[in-house]
Amino acid sequence: MRFNIRITVSLKEGMLDPEARAIQGALKNLGFETTALSTSRLFHISLEALDREQAETLGLQMCERLLANPIIHRYSVEVLQ
Amino acid sequence: MRFAVVQFGGSNCDRDVAHVIADICGVDCDLVWYKDRLQRKYDAIVLPGGFSYGDYLRAGAIAARTPVMDEVVRHAQEGGLVLGICNGAQICAERGLVPGTFTMNAYPKFICRWVYIRIENAMTPFTNRFKNGEVIRIPIAHREGRYVPDQAAGGVSDNQVVFRFCSRDGAVIDEYNPNGSFQNITGVLGGHRNVLAMMPHPERASDEVLGSVDGRRIFSSMVQAIGERA
Repeated sequence: MRFNIRITVSLKEGMLDPEARAIQGALKNLGFETTALSTSRLFHISLEALDREQAETLGLQMCERLLANPIIHRYSVEVLQ
Repeated sequence: MRFAVVQFGGSNCDRDVAHVIADICGVDCDLVWYKDRLQRKYDAIVLPGGFSYGDYLRAGAIAARTPVMDEVVRHAQEGGLVLGICNGAQICAERGLVPGTFTMNAYPKFICRWVYIRIENAMTPFTNRFKNGEVIRIPIAHREGRYVPDQAAGGVSDNQVVFRFCSRDGAVIDEYNPNGSFQNITGVLGGHRNVLAMMPHPERASDEVLGSVDGRRIFSSMVQAIGERA
């Protein structure tokens, strides 16, 4: 079966996010006051799997082996359909 | 004695490194295209600087997972020397050859300038021609060079630290930490102390015409270490 999965890779809590800090500063220059801002990377993937569980497992393996760096990142996998 | 310099698509310091090894140090050196793999045994493998795979995903992430890197890991497991410079250091970290990782500079822009680094450990195959505490002048050129230790795996120990950013007279302080690296660290040892990942470019400080020859001693240290083994 074909599944669409969505993978979110973010920096772990407490990790310095220089891009987010710069973006927050730029928003401030435009008049937007924000109390927090973080960035994540989204991957939209379609793949063949036997069932939802396998689709999720494959997504997690992709994170472990390539998409995330476990030293600095946390990640989640959502199976959409 | 023979060195290899592995070229990935996007490597751009490969020829500079090979020039220093072959023409300045006088050691045989092969430039090896990553798809050609390692066709023979080498005493040392250098992963040069550049932008392998356009720094897609994370700097070094994709090159770290190419088949030639399986051979580099095997070479390291067998005790061969591996030197990762800049993008090569990022590749080593992404592959888990050294502890920790190199990520976006604290101020997220590309920094290209001369800095001072302190030799924290002269008892390595890469620094035996230096003295502990010696300060050398060397260029950096990177956007993802901020060293972050793997806290979940116990962080980084002092005997794994080879270089720290410092002032001209060797003070390791925040003011002389150009990219926000943890404890100013910019060179770490891995494997059985036979893998060094460093963000500064020793090949750009190996020829008088470039203003410093401090970096040359990293290559000559490797040559000496290999010679002593033989």
